[in-house]
Amino acid sequence: MPTPTLGTPLSASGCSAGSCGSKSSQMDGLSADIQRKVQDHPCYSEEAHHHFARMHVAVAPACNIQCNYCNRKYDCSNESRPGVVSEVLTPSQAVKKTLAVAAAIPQMSVLGIAGPGDALANPERSFTVFRELQLRAPDIKLCLSTNGLMLPEYVEQIAAANVDHVTITINCIDPDIGAQIYPWIFWNHRRIHGREAAEILIAQQQKGLEMLVARGILVKINSVLIPGINDEHLKEVSRVVRAKGAFLHNVMPLISDPAHGTYFGLSGQRGPTPEELQNLQDACAGDMNMMRHCRQCRADAVGMLGEDRGADFTMDKIEALEIDAQFEQAAMQRRVALRTEINAELEAKRAARHTAIISLLRPAKPQGRPVHMAVASSGGGLINQHFGHAKEFLIYEASSAGVRFLGPRRAAQYCGGEADCGEAENTLARTIAVLADCEVVLCSRIGIEPWGKLEAAGIRPNGEHAMEPIEEAIGKVWQEMLAAGKLNAAPFEDQKMA
Amino acid sequence: MALEIVEGCVNCWACLPLCPNEAIIEATPHFLIAPELCTECVEAFATPQCAAICPVEGVILNELGEALNPPGSLTGIGASASVSVFRNEAGA
Repeated sequence: MPTPTLGTPLSASGCSAGSCGSKSSQMDGLSADIQRKVQDHPCYSEEAHHHFARMHVAVAPACNIQCNYCNRKYDCSNESRPGVVSEVLTPSQAVKKTLAVAAAIPQMSVLGIAGPGDALANPERSFTVFRELQLRAPDIKLCLSTNGLMLPEYVEQIAAANVDHVTITINCIDPDIGAQIYPWIFWNHRRIHGREAAEILIAQQQKGLEMLVARGILVKINSVLIPGINDEHLKEVSRVVRAKGAFLHNVMPLISDPAHGTYFGLSGQRGPTPEELQNLQDACAGDMNMMRHCRQCRADAVGMLGEDRGADFTMDKIEALEIDAQFEQAAMQRRVALRTEINAELEAKRAARHTAIISLLRPAKPQGRPVHMAVASSGGGLINQHFGHAKEFLIYEASSAGVRFLGPRRAAQYCGGEADCGEAENTLARTIAVLADCEVVLCSRIGIEPWGKLEAAGIRPNGEHAMEPIEEAIGKVWQEMLAAGKLNAAPFEDQKMA
Repeated sequence: MALEIVEGCVNCWACLPLCPNEAIIEATPHFLIAPELCTECVEAFATPQCAAICPVEGVILNELGEALNPPGSLTGIGASASVSVFRNEAGA
């Protein structure tokens, strides 16, 4: 596949994204310009997601295509996945909600429109929200997600509205594969089925991507990994979108459950295992900056990634608020001050990191094997959460090459509904199963019972690094394991068996 | 001459902005079509626009009570499976 040189922003730095592959180098591998643009965007920067919050407003209910992993009817307050919302907002409700949330959560830096349908199948509603917020909260970054079908038509308006981050969901560039993912699209006042539909959609997505890049708008590509349908093909997708100038690729696992009533759920199409997902992300990373911290959040998510404070900001609560110009102004000043502070702190850390990494790795000459570790964190890039409170764990890999982030995994109790989710013992067992490939769990504290069960499963709990920065602590733990002779070539699984 | 939206509609809004006659009414438990405004798009388009974008099978009917998108025509889930899904949802 020839690689067209369509202004690829990633090549600006000497460190290619693929060869470094870790979180810190993900930022280091970007040009200074892009780094500035994404430094406080939690969805576009792995580093930022520890410190900044985002929200989605559900103003875009309509959709113009059908995906086999989507069921247009779904509302469950315990579900966290794209397309799910509790209430659809009018544009003016969405503006008010954004201003209220951004006043209550000063870490909020981004407002996105991601559905529950498609942002560009509801253009009037979406652009009304963007225009109004641009006037009333100009410090908030605006972004949108789209399936791409109507993208070429709206690129001008996107640029005019100052939306500088766009996510396109691209699952394929081959219409034969597309026909297995999209049963139909609505195009030129008609419903079009099958391969012809996929062909049009793909052409529109690719054209939209090129047009956005030409306008200097940052483009992230989301792909849903569907085993047996597009798994091998996504490597090609990754190469092509990178060549066209997308700056980040986010390969997400198919969520497939018969209870969701989707075609894939009902037809028994399975989602990928964490291992399959990671292998594919690693294979694509040779060509592309990969996003690994995605939480596949709801179209009305509020707060830091991995938490959802949507329930704190329901419309009846928002409507009761009085919001005037003075309130908006004061809230904006608080946000800007906090953002400046956090960014200065992160900048200092980035500057120190190269030196730190080098000194950390020097004694690692006798190479140890890579180790997966799980971290309980409530944000700020610190190990600061009680094991039992963690709704998710951040999985890292430590090796002689450094520390890299592999992705988040949901703890078993996530679902919350007691009736659905069974008794506590069962929940713990399922959490342990989720962490099966990890050898260490880092948390601020942990109860005696889970401690014993984790140890029995070959996962060592560690509360010694409470309140320390995640990557530093993982580096230290790995060095200790190395010094103790625990990291000789024997693969982890064999050790567990022993 | 008018189409009708019936139970099973999920209020997804897709049809509402497309109707050339502004005949779709935002209502609960499901959207409705104002029969005096609906022309079934006969002069404006090749197919009725609401039915051409509706993602749910069997919820837009013509005057004979026939579904414009019969079971199995959109999702490929198949008639029996989709019927049971709708039943579950209606019961929830």
